[in-house]
Amino acid sequence: MISKLKAAAAAMALAASPAMAVDLEFYFPVAVGGAAANTIEDLTAEYVAANPDVNIEAIYAGSYQDTVAKALTAARGGNAPQLSVILSVDMYTLYDEDLIHAFDDFATTDEDKAWLKSFYPAFMENSMIDGKTYGIPFQRSTPVLYYNKEALAEAGLNRAPETWDEMKEWAAKLTKKDDSGNVTQWGVRIPSSGFPYWLFQGLTTSNGATLVSEGGTKTNFDDPKVVEALEYLVSLSKDGVMAPGIIEWGATPKAFFEGQTAMMWTSTGNLTNVRKNAPFEFGVAMLPAKVSRGAPTGGGNFYLFKGGSDEETKAAFDFIKWISQPTQAAKWSIATGYVAPSPATWDSDVMKAYVADFPPALVARDQLEFATAELSTYENQRVTRIFNDALHAAITGEKSAAEALAEAQAKADDVLKDYR
Amino acid sequence: MVPPRPPIKERPMQRHWIHAWLLLTPAFVFLLAFTHIPALTTLWQSFRTTPRGRRPSRWAGLENYQELISDPIFWKVLGNNIWFAIGTIPTSILIALVMALWVSERLPGRGFVRMAYFTPTVLPMIAVANIWLFFYTPGFGLFDQITGFFGFGQSNVLGSPKTALVGVMVVTIWKEAGFFMIFYLAALQTIPPSLIEAARIEGAGPWTIFRRVTFPLLMPTTLFIGVNAVVNAFRMIDHIFVLTGGGPDNASSLLLYYIYETAFRFWDTSYAASLTVVLLALLALLALGQFFFLDRKVHYK
Repeated sequence: MISKLKAAAAAMALAASPAMAVDLEFYFPVAVGGAAANTIEDLTAEYVAANPDVNIEAIYAGSYQDTVAKALTAARGGNAPQLSVILSVDMYTLYDEDLIHAFDDFATTDEDKAWLKSFYPAFMENSMIDGKTYGIPFQRSTPVLYYNKEALAEAGLNRAPETWDEMKEWAAKLTKKDDSGNVTQWGVRIPSSGFPYWLFQGLTTSNGATLVSEGGTKTNFDDPKVVEALEYLVSLSKDGVMAPGIIEWGATPKAFFEGQTAMMWTSTGNLTNVRKNAPFEFGVAMLPAKVSRGAPTGGGNFYLFKGGSDEETKAAFDFIKWISQPTQAAKWSIATGYVAPSPATWDSDVMKAYVADFPPALVARDQLEFATAELSTYENQRVTRIFNDALHAAITGEKSAAEALAEAQAKADDVLKDYR
Repeated sequence: MVPPRPPIKERPMQRHWIHAWLLLTPAFVFLLAFTHIPALTTLWQSFRTTPRGRRPSRWAGLENYQELISDPIFWKVLGNNIWFAIGTIPTSILIALVMALWVSERLPGRGFVRMAYFTPTVLPMIAVANIWLFFYTPGFGLFDQITGFFGFGQSNVLGSPKTALVGVMVVTIWKEAGFFMIFYLAALQTIPPSLIEAARIEGAGPWTIFRRVTFPLLMPTTLFIGVNAVVNAFRMIDHIFVLTGGGPDNASSLLLYYIYETAFRFWDTSYAASLTVVLLALLALLALGQFFFLDRKVHYK
């Protein structure tokens, strides 16, 4: 009896004092409200409690921009975190800096290999280079169209527009003016400040254009279909159904709540925000189609950084695998509005209960079928900036769409020629 | 007869020398570590290519500077910066002077007025920029609500390339004027009242007193403020991050903001280094010019 107790005590002591505990650093960004940070910390704590031989320090690293800057700086100083959530579009940059591992190198078992294939293909487009997986989708989003049902009903409309032409027609009907001719309610609002390329990809994709050829070394900014998409965007303001000039991204939900606009394009990441704050009944729809439906994906992936010991990297790999399982992914998706990245998550009971209560959450998932990769190239930030500048020049009427895009293509070629 | 140098005196001399160095060392170490060495490294880096993980850095000679000369965005932000300086410096100094003259008078609630004018300086720039972002918001921002009341339509100051830089300049002037006012206020206290009384006895009116007595005596302060304002015109970019992000199409981007983007968004550190060298050279020239040419015209006593 006593010896049994002793053995049990010894076993407990062994379990309680993990002699070989692995310490991991995990950088994460937060691009939406404060609840997201808490959810990440809760999930990490839950994992650490269940795995006493691993200790994970979850470090809030600011915005996406801040996080990639911190991770790059730390890596250059030889202190890279073992894992981090960073924009999916920064993959080529991290790869080019030789900072990240391919997940395939650690996926040894059949189960691991099946896990790498368990995500929606639309999310994997921005997560693979040459057939190898460098990013695991986590806080991923896609833009959708939100509409004010009351304003639409007032204009005699009972559903969201389904095509470009319809959206413009709807928007014209929804634009209201006061007696002195000033607009009090715009028809539609597609924000263009900061990172206009993302929502603009909703137009290029639905027009059948691909902005970047595979491999991230060639852009197709001057494709006639891209020009057509930009001309359509510019025409919305020109024809007086969308506010002129650059439209602020951050003020867009507020403008929607205030009745300044009857329809808006923004991320699914705003879903919970709109649900809480819209003082009217609202609807969510896929972005309108031209030749087909279409939208970009967006948001952040998990990356596995080089520089740690094999043991550390393996532990980081296991954690990423755990957090992307349906139970954890569902928790995360419900707390934020990000799109759960695997079909298995949507099949889980928690998620089913959530969408039964709140069907608009399904729109983003259904749109994934038509989604393409977010614009991502080598030297991504610079190429994206060139493209954004071109969009701004066209939207503000400084240049014609064709002229601005041709210039952007020439500049992007200049940057990317070294990588071909 | 030359008396032999007393050896006792030499030792204190040496000790002075050591003392001086000991006292200077702490400051010197920090200056070296955070100013001079980084400046030299920047210069060195500007002649090399940016190292990438898969492609190491190599000697580039003047390539970065050639790229700079043919970079239209560089010229655009430089032009913007010059307009920004012309637009903000004289206006903020003038407003500061007027405010200082106004609040140095004996008026009821003087303390409150002084505090009100100084508030913008105390507030952090990022917070201030967020408040102004709301002021400028088309449709339901403060300015549009006020103009809307009088029947005007929506405005989009920050979203139009013609007005974005002006929008940024207004925030800068609002921020800077209160800060400069403090210096003028301090300088005004040091002007002996006897000078002004004497001028009055001679029959000078308030304008003549200002033009012939007060303003000349304020010149050293004006020079000091001028140098600061010029440096700030090239250094204050916090609000750009919040207000416009340099957009639309670089219409409100300034040189330092472009350096930040090149270094920490595009990670092209070598090109950023050559831009930094240009900025440093520009600031050095301006400061030298101000001290050597304007200084002669300043009346000190």
